[in-house]
Amino acid sequence: MNSERELPPVLVDEAQLERTWADEPGLAGWLTSVDHKSIGIRYIATAFVFFLGGGVLALLMRIQLARPDNAFLGPDLYNQIFSTHGSNMMFLFAVPILQGLGIYFVPLMVGARAIAFPRLVAYSYWLYLAGGIFLWVSFLVNVGPDVGWFAYAPLSETLYTASKRPDVWAQMITFTEVASLAVAVSIVTTAFKMRAPGMSLNRMPIFVWAQVVTSFMVMFAMPAVMMASTALILDRLVNTHFFDVERGGDALLWQHLFWFFGHPEVYIIFIPGTGLVSTLVTTFSRRPMFGYLAVVLSLVATAFIGFGLWVHHMFATGLPQLGESFFTAASIMIAIPTGAQFFCWIATMWSGRLSFKTPFVWMLGFFVVFLIGGLSGVMVAAVPLDIQVHDTYFVVAHLHYVLIGGAVFPLFAAFYYWFPKITGRMLSEPLGMASFGLFFAGFNVVFFPMHVLGLHGMPRRIYTYLPETGWGSLNLLATAGVVLMTFGVLVFIADALRAWRAGVIAADNPWEAGTLEWATSSPPPNSNFVHLPTVAGRDPIWDNPPDQPVVVGLRSDKRDVLVTHVLDAEPDHRTIFPEPSQWPLLTALATTALFIGSIFTPRAVPYGAVPLFVTMTGWFWPKEAGETGTQQWPIEHRTLPRPNEEPGKAA
Amino acid sequence: MTDRHAGARVLDVSTLAPGGFGYRSLMWWGTLGLVLIESTMFALVIGTYFYLRTRNSYWPPQNIAPPDLRWGTLNLVVMLASGVPNELAKKAAGRIDLRRVRLWLVVCLLFGVAFNTIRALEFTTLNVTFSNDAYGSIVWLLLGLHTTHIATDVVDTGVLTALMFIGPVEEQRFVDVEENAVYWYFVVLTWLPIYGVIYWAPRIIS
Repeated sequence: MNSERELPPVLVDEAQLERTWADEPGLAGWLTSVDHKSIGIRYIATAFVFFLGGGVLALLMRIQLARPDNAFLGPDLYNQIFSTHGSNMMFLFAVPILQGLGIYFVPLMVGARAIAFPRLVAYSYWLYLAGGIFLWVSFLVNVGPDVGWFAYAPLSETLYTASKRPDVWAQMITFTEVASLAVAVSIVTTAFKMRAPGMSLNRMPIFVWAQVVTSFMVMFAMPAVMMASTALILDRLVNTHFFDVERGGDALLWQHLFWFFGHPEVYIIFIPGTGLVSTLVTTFSRRPMFGYLAVVLSLVATAFIGFGLWVHHMFATGLPQLGESFFTAASIMIAIPTGAQFFCWIATMWSGRLSFKTPFVWMLGFFVVFLIGGLSGVMVAAVPLDIQVHDTYFVVAHLHYVLIGGAVFPLFAAFYYWFPKITGRMLSEPLGMASFGLFFAGFNVVFFPMHVLGLHGMPRRIYTYLPETGWGSLNLLATAGVVLMTFGVLVFIADALRAWRAGVIAADNPWEAGTLEWATSSPPPNSNFVHLPTVAGRDPIWDNPPDQPVVVGLRSDKRDVLVTHVLDAEPDHRTIFPEPSQWPLLTALATTALFIGSIFTPRAVPYGAVPLFVTMTGWFWPKEAGETGTQQWPIEHRTLPRPNEEPGKAA
Repeated sequence: MTDRHAGARVLDVSTLAPGGFGYRSLMWWGTLGLVLIESTMFALVIGTYFYLRTRNSYWPPQNIAPPDLRWGTLNLVVMLASGVPNELAKKAAGRIDLRRVRLWLVVCLLFGVAFNTIRALEFTTLNVTFSNDAYGSIVWLLLGLHTTHIATDVVDTGVLTALMFIGPVEEQRFVDVEENAVYWYFVVLTWLPIYGVIYWAPRIIS
């Protein structure tokens, strides 16, 4: 394909390309954008705001628990706070922010002009935002979920909780899971079909692999929680009996369905985190990843095994012993692929030339914190120990070490790493170190004592305790740690706000990294790459020879996108992507009306389907003749190739 | 030539076709993702059905007859038969034969209306309501979930058919028709296991 023909004086009309890929101006442009970069930023920013909200709830809980017999919060409010905290952090923060990073960076890292199904991604953002606002507004008007982030039946059934609080929880699930599924499909399609020529699957960046593996997990796990929450709403609204023991239902069914989602969820959060770690280890060790294949296979193995562990959340429910043994074995087995990744990271760093910049230091925090969480995980995987510490603060300590270690530390590392790419400005190194120091110290002061409290028998989800228990001093210590963590986050926010306006201008590739997002300007142009790159290795910036070809021949007057083959990323065909559109937002509004209405009356479903149909038809219907860039009727001959034909032959 | 790219090697993609059929196209992969998600959903609901079976001594519960076979079985026949116009529409799309695409899409729609109508009759002959007990709940959920699929698929196909009549018709629309046919197959073929569960499981493993 490397053409020897005479080239035009300019390979591409840059100004026209920028206009073609630009959003509309003004507020309307913001509401109609289908640019994965602006949607990705929105996802990240929105999820970060929810993170802060969840943090405030955590702070309130720690104030309440700082001393025995405290009357700062009552039991009812405390129940709402811990339930909202957990639901918020899992569904509105952790998953969306990691998917937001995927939305922004997967297309850039594979060298594409856009994300696949851009309008679907825009729709997913509006739906996610609506679900988040719905949960928080409900909380602020005293209808926040109060049955835990897992909403166990029968407590969540009408008989025991007559208020609308569990319905809010259940429908927030529907909002966020539909959004998450839409993003998963888009990311997989982008990674499989839109990679730069030459980026065969075995050259795909590990972060992209992690996003692909996560997306598949989303597709197999999220339906379980959607089905469970739908059944719960049906039980509550129209008197079905899925979880009602008196009418042939089963309360444990809830736990099976919930944890069939809930355990993979942990890996949905953790796998992108490890993808970030691999990215940073490579960049800051100044060498290609050691054991690329082992790391990728470990991600895939983790995803598979992750679906075989859910029962370890149910060891205390009296399941048959044989089942418990099986799930103990599976739970311990999952340490193997994670261990393999750890050894690959260590080997990469061992043989590299380390550069201790802020992103790398945050990532080292991951190593320490996640390792501790992983080790306490191996402990609670064993049935005897699990039954001893079940529902105690030991588990609270474990899960925060795993989730904050596995996701939040890598996320902060990612913020420092990619902030220059997104904004074109550098964050401050000294302030970054200070933020890390405060957050890392604070985190351990908060959560390490919880291991001990758990072993001393302090149960989870209690709003207060008696002085005689002797838990007071460690609880006070934990609360003191929150102050440090809070300052760590505030330093980061202050620095980010400063840097956004007045930070040092970032180079295109300030860390001298090897992946393609650094091969374009900081921030990237509307079209991502003025000239689409081609790739000759796993770290293209490091591996490409100086005369590596660029792609020419895509239109600059239309949103023309290159589609490549799944395995070897050979160029296959071009396709025209959609312009900015108001329909994703309108469809999301129609969906929101249907979802919220259906909490109150089943009739909301048929009535709500009408505006949904109208908006979706508006979405699908062509805006103008010729928008697909293919031949218009009447057509003499087929020009689009069928699967078994040579690409472009029919043109 | 200017200095900007003097000596630059380029990969010229301007001769590539502006689209492709089947697994070449992005939408095919999107549809595959959707099929994975929905299959998981169906599998979970079927799993729940058998899980609840193990929690009950009688299945269906005493004094409840299994669903009548008549409408469900008729629907099985109608849905499988709809594969014929569906395949013909798909073939016609591959040949860019607009006249036949229109014809077979309309025939598909007629089949769709027929099996949705029969579906309404199925609900009246389940011999149990959703609020009676867990058995009734899961049967209604399973049938309801599949009904959502056949109803939305017929509406989707209706919109696509309207587009193929009103236009603007472009070559890409024939790719859309083909992918619509793939999803139609998915929706229709999932009825095989679901039909087996709803109508035959209570007879075989009662």
